[in-house]
Amino acid sequence: MLTWIRRGGLSTLLFLLPLVVVFGVFSWWPIVRAAVMSVQQTNLVTAPVFVGWENFETVFTDPLLGTAVRNTAFFALIALVFGYPIPLVAAVLMSEVRRWRGLYSAVAYLPVVVPPVVAVLMWKVFYDPRPEGLFNTVLGWVGIAPQSWLQSADTAMGSLVLEATWAAAGGTVIIYLAALVAVPPELYDAAEVDGASIWRKVWHVTLPQLRGVLLVTLILQIIGTSQVFLEPFLFTGGGPANSTITVLLLIYDYAFSSSLGGDYGAATALSLVLAVFLALLSALYFRLTRSWSTS
Amino acid sequence: MRSIRKPAAAVAAALVLAGMTACSGGGEPTTTPEGKTAITVVSLKPGSEQAAFDAFEEQVRQFEAANPTIDVTTQEYEWTGPTFTAQLAGGTLPTVFTVPFTDGAGLVERGQLADITEHVQALGYVDKFNEAVLATGKSADGRIFALPTEAYGVGLQYNRTLFQQAGLDPDEPPTTWDEVRSYAEQIAERTGQAGYAEMTQDNTGGWMLTTLTYALGGRMQSVTGDQVQATVDNPGAKAALQRLKQMRWEDGSMGANVLYDWSTINQDFAAGKIGMYMGGSDVYTSLKQQNGIDPDDYGLAVLPLAPGADSGLLGGGTLAAVNVKASPEQQAAATKWIDFYYLGKFVRQDAAVQDAKTLAESDQPVGVPKLPIFDEATLTQYNEWIEPYVNVPLGQMSSFTEGIHGQHLAGEPPAQAQEMYAVLDTVVQAVLSDPNADIDALLAQADADVQTVLDRG
Repeated sequence: MLTWIRRGGLSTLLFLLPLVVVFGVFSWWPIVRAAVMSVQQTNLVTAPVFVGWENFETVFTDPLLGTAVRNTAFFALIALVFGYPIPLVAAVLMSEVRRWRGLYSAVAYLPVVVPPVVAVLMWKVFYDPRPEGLFNTVLGWVGIAPQSWLQSADTAMGSLVLEATWAAAGGTVIIYLAALVAVPPELYDAAEVDGASIWRKVWHVTLPQLRGVLLVTLILQIIGTSQVFLEPFLFTGGGPANSTITVLLLIYDYAFSSSLGGDYGAATALSLVLAVFLALLSALYFRLTRSWSTS
Repeated sequence: MRSIRKPAAAVAAALVLAGMTACSGGGEPTTTPEGKTAITVVSLKPGSEQAAFDAFEEQVRQFEAANPTIDVTTQEYEWTGPTFTAQLAGGTLPTVFTVPFTDGAGLVERGQLADITEHVQALGYVDKFNEAVLATGKSADGRIFALPTEAYGVGLQYNRTLFQQAGLDPDEPPTTWDEVRSYAEQIAERTGQAGYAEMTQDNTGGWMLTTLTYALGGRMQSVTGDQVQATVDNPGAKAALQRLKQMRWEDGSMGANVLYDWSTINQDFAAGKIGMYMGGSDVYTSLKQQNGIDPDDYGLAVLPLAPGADSGLLGGGTLAAVNVKASPEQQAAATKWIDFYYLGKFVRQDAAVQDAKTLAESDQPVGVPKLPIFDEATLTQYNEWIEPYVNVPLGQMSSFTEGIHGQHLAGEPPAQAQEMYAVLDTVVQAVLSDPNADIDALLAQADADVQTVLDRG
């Protein structure tokens, strides 16, 4: 015992304890509780009742689940199509300019600094569906008719993606910029000597050198967009007519939409299903892309 | 170096731990160090003007002076379904809080409210309550868990200034739904603002669709014995949705915003962007406190009812309840507060005068139209007591205050009303956001969905 203490065992343990306690209390214990709750019926006030797989049955037979999954997938897809390449293009362009680079990255990062709720409230004003709304005025300058934005099932999801991309791009740009600095300059010099154009340099030098970072940001983006909540919650509440209800919003609705005490069992059941799905997806993703990875 | 760093680190780690244990205190104390009973009560809606809070604090001081053994802490509060559920589940509800009539029975059934029968009986006026209204806070075996504090009937809120700008007489609000439609069109055409708007989010869409359905002679649920049947797919609801569809898509008189909830529609109305909308007869208080409405703009009309014995005016109200986790002393103190702040004024002249005077001195609304929670005579008596302090433009609400007496009042649907409203939100949103929405299909689907909610119980 004494030797163990003298060898630093005690201080190691003391060092470890805060971390273990913090993780235990705020992460692991809630995870365990959620797993337990998913097989219970509880209103968190009276004693819970064990119900087996019933909550999972409720979730899987809910017609809204299909809608929520489709909406989430749609959000993830368009967020990927726009949100993934834009920061990359921006980062490559910014790394090419020699002056004011700091200013550009500050401007690109600015939306990330704006608190998300403030950003959404601001964009709600931009999305004013009346012809005199901000975006509709701008569209009017180029002869495009006013859009309904958030007020129509056809355009609501696209409007959410637009704001989400604006809000998140800055963070990814900074990651890419940092990665670009790490690309050895002699590779560009060699390409230049060989007479490569700027596009060939990007294609043959920049992108292959960035592939490790690109792979990670891609899966992070997929996981992030699968858990989209803030935008539909604050912009539309899932409307109009459930056209923007997402999986996370559905979980929230299970838990909180009934003012008599929510269905926390169904909410945790769907949360677990989503967590397992994303874990499997990530595992599969890393397995499939192992050969491209740099590490 | 090494020898110093290790003990220092160990001390740091120990300090962190000590700090954490220090932070993990127990729940809320039920008594103050001086031995007073501590209760937390809901105050006003977040964002209310400072003068309103000042008046509230003054009332707390008056209460504490009269009850020196009670210590009152206040908490801003606005009932919305999701936030209430979170507070209920998280155990963070104050000792005294308010819920709508629709949730009384459900909360009682689920054991989430304190039984305050004895304390209420001690107040001495329990038999004066309107029996049907008091029933919203009672259990099946007659125990009292919540007390009605105010009742409203839905009225047609209208902007007098927009009426004038549109060439309409603000003293002659519409008296039929056809007139509502043509007035809305005229307002939209001449002023560019929404002639008529409707709430659609956070259960308010269902609430207002039910109101309009009642007004057109339909009902959303039918009760036989213990069985509650969804009757969402009824001619009244269909007519209601068709009216909305016509105003939105044929007349273009409903503006472009179809995602309103209670706060945002009030906000836009106070800002002069909405000609007419349906809202509780007592909403003026909030329009003034939260949205700073210009009193000259405000008009309140009685809701037009379609001819026929079935059409009715939807009414609802607020219950004050006590946290189920409160100690017996807290429950007694909480009931005293409910008596002081919400109810005593209706039955005691000194309380009525003190309440009205305090509010009027802070320029807070006194005298918004209410429906009786006791009998009609008690309300009339109360209105006489506070008359010298009335500062709301009652003349601009006369269509409501005079017209309400002839109306057939109908309570909100008896079972799972809020959950049913949530289902109906989707229907209203679909009709207002999609010009090709199939009303029959939407109603058939909603009927089935509501039945599922009711069967789940």
